[in-house]
Amino acid sequence: MATTALHPAAPTYRSTLYDWVTTTDHKKIGIMYVINSFLFFFIGGVLALGVRVELAQPGLQFVTDQTYNELFTMHATFMIFLFVIPMLAGFGNYIVPLQIGAPDMAFPRINALSFWMLPLAGILLLLSFVTGGSAAAGWTSYSPLAQDRPLAAVGTGQDLWIVALVLIGTSSILGAVNFLVTMFKMRAPGMTLFRMPIMTWTVLVTSVLVLMATPVITSALIMLFIDRNYGGSFFDPANGGDAILYQNIFWFYSHPAVYVMILPAMGMISEILPVFSRKPLFGYKAFVFATAGIGALGFSVWAHHMFTTGAVYLPFFSLMTFLIAVPTGVKMFNWIFTLWRGQLMLKTPLLFALGFLSMFLIGGINGAFSASVPVDFAIHDTYWVVAHIHYVLFGGSVFGIMGGLYYWFPKMTGRLLDEGLGKVQFVLMFIGFNLTFFPMHELGLAGMPRRIADYSSTAGWNDLNLAATVGGFTIAASMLPLLWNIFVSLRSGKPAGDDPWEGNTLEWATSSPPPPYNFDRLPEIRSERPVFDQRHRGDAALGGH
Amino acid sequence: MTTDSHALTTADQHAPAAAHGTGGGISNVILGMLLFITSEVMFFAGLFAAYFNVRANAAQWPPINPETSEAFHVAILPLVGPATVLLILSSFTCQFAVWGIRRGDRTAFLRNIAVTFSIGVVFLIMQAIDYAVLGGEGISLSAGTFGTTYFTLTGFHGAHVFGGVIMLGVVLYRGMAGQFSARHHDAVEAVSLYWHFVDVVWILLFSLLYLLPGTGPAA
Repeated sequence: MATTALHPAAPTYRSTLYDWVTTTDHKKIGIMYVINSFLFFFIGGVLALGVRVELAQPGLQFVTDQTYNELFTMHATFMIFLFVIPMLAGFGNYIVPLQIGAPDMAFPRINALSFWMLPLAGILLLLSFVTGGSAAAGWTSYSPLAQDRPLAAVGTGQDLWIVALVLIGTSSILGAVNFLVTMFKMRAPGMTLFRMPIMTWTVLVTSVLVLMATPVITSALIMLFIDRNYGGSFFDPANGGDAILYQNIFWFYSHPAVYVMILPAMGMISEILPVFSRKPLFGYKAFVFATAGIGALGFSVWAHHMFTTGAVYLPFFSLMTFLIAVPTGVKMFNWIFTLWRGQLMLKTPLLFALGFLSMFLIGGINGAFSASVPVDFAIHDTYWVVAHIHYVLFGGSVFGIMGGLYYWFPKMTGRLLDEGLGKVQFVLMFIGFNLTFFPMHELGLAGMPRRIADYSSTAGWNDLNLAATVGGFTIAASMLPLLWNIFVSLRSGKPAGDDPWEGNTLEWATSSPPPPYNFDRLPEIRSERPVFDQRHRGDAALGGH
Repeated sequence: MTTDSHALTTADQHAPAAAHGTGGGISNVILGMLLFITSEVMFFAGLFAAYFNVRANAAQWPPINPETSEAFHVAILPLVGPATVLLILSSFTCQFAVWGIRRGDRTAFLRNIAVTFSIGVVFLIMQAIDYAVLGGEGISLSAGTFGTTYFTLTGFHGAHVFGGVIMLGVVLYRGMAGQFSARHHDAVEAVSLYWHFVDVVWILLFSLLYLLPGTGPAA
């Protein structure tokens, strides 16, 4: 759709800035989410490099123990709470209203509020580095490590951390309410629930998880805050409290949170695989039910993070954890049979989706070991667990996010990213990722504990740690072609047109980037692939009538 | 967009603008409030879980106050009982206000919202006085698990009453400006749902903290 009717005065920088800061357009808010999340991805990445540099060789070369604790604590905090979760929420913000044929989110101003809480929380976390040290008790902030007591060398940074996380949680909850109302109330005529694109479905289930789980961690954080600052004794056994209580409440949120971090990424690759295989998604309804099943089961497995506390009923939580493999396996079949005999177009989005499939599969398999209680007792708190979390969160979520970026960047900007640079990035990232995290399986089995700044030079861990550090820098290097690609494409990329990939879903039925309020007309919606239907309606008419 | 692209070119392409937000069923605002209340329920569920946990772990409940060597005790009279009755009454007045605006009776609506708002303010004042009284008796947030759970639970309930009072104030202000009618009063319905929720939480809290018998030797 060409814009020819109106030529408003050329915008000045100031008016552009004002426009973005005050916008309630879900597309601009979505893009701001994505940019903000990338910013914290790079900050979190630098912290991770700090960890890897220190661990490259035995001995303490660069940082103190305390600084090391800060590094891994803030690395996880930034990556989880200010990168993966908001990044997926940002894509959801941009894509969901488009995919259901809506003009915007249900509550546009609340949407803007949800976004602006995030940079604020990020600033609070960054401030903690200059106010006497950041939080250093791990991203889990277990009590008594995170308490303001002897043994716990954490100060104001821990309080800033709590406040920032409550802010981020509130942002997520408001976002979840907004997503759910949008999906229940704003769908275009004909867009029934079972015609909603998979990406939208995964955001729906994610929103339910956020709605039910995030307030629970808010309560845990508030109790921790009261313990630390007002002499409370929720988690203080010396005063009748219970340190395990914190773990229970924390993981009641934080296990569903891992599905908050993976489901929308699954949604992304479930958009990419059909389009680049030239086939519909195999088993659409099974996929939807599997997503809902993962969400529901997700609330009954939190204590598998606490097997070794001796305070949880092991058989139940082990069984429920294994059960999660069933709906996840269903999805694997969905994806594989979508690819099966498809006309694969090996473009960058598909490469990242295939990267997701293979790496997430490893993450699922090494996770199943931890679900087994006796095995978990051996590998608990070792580098095996670090390998597992990164194979699902990096191999899964981050590969999905990168695929989604290459897939939707043309829609967001009107420009295609360069395929060559994209493939270079994929290859570097794939090699770097496996070089970093695969050796950690071996390190874990060899007994190397996580969250240590130093290790014995005679433990036999030297070479694998060095390999992981080299891998870490390879991942960092893989970001350079991405940044260059974005820079070049924004300046002089190939125009994308409305529908560069011959997509299935409604975002491809409007211009790139879409106009304010998204559509001035919609194709008829008779399936979950309305744009495919519209493109091929002529074919059917020729053949059939 | 060109202006002519607004025209419907083929029969199966419909203008989306008319289709949005006009679907039947529950309104966006009320659905949003119900979902938000769901998240609030989960927030209080976390606090309640903590309460039951420390209570179950305690040798006796209420535990001994080290300052007085007697079990902690919080009194229903003279403040908390009347405050509870008032808060329950305010749910009724709030609902009368909703019924009033549904039939277009703005006078009844405004009167009942004003009463509800006032009761909310009075409740908060009574809670503040009660806190001061308890503080005088040596019961505070740092007085072991009893004080920690008591003040956290009632304090966060109080914070929600405060939020509700602000919402009621906005509704009252907008109502006096004539912004609500029998057809347009989603905000009133949503705020009343929130107020009922705050009331229900208090009934549960009151039952737990004041009515549920203690356990252990002192009970």
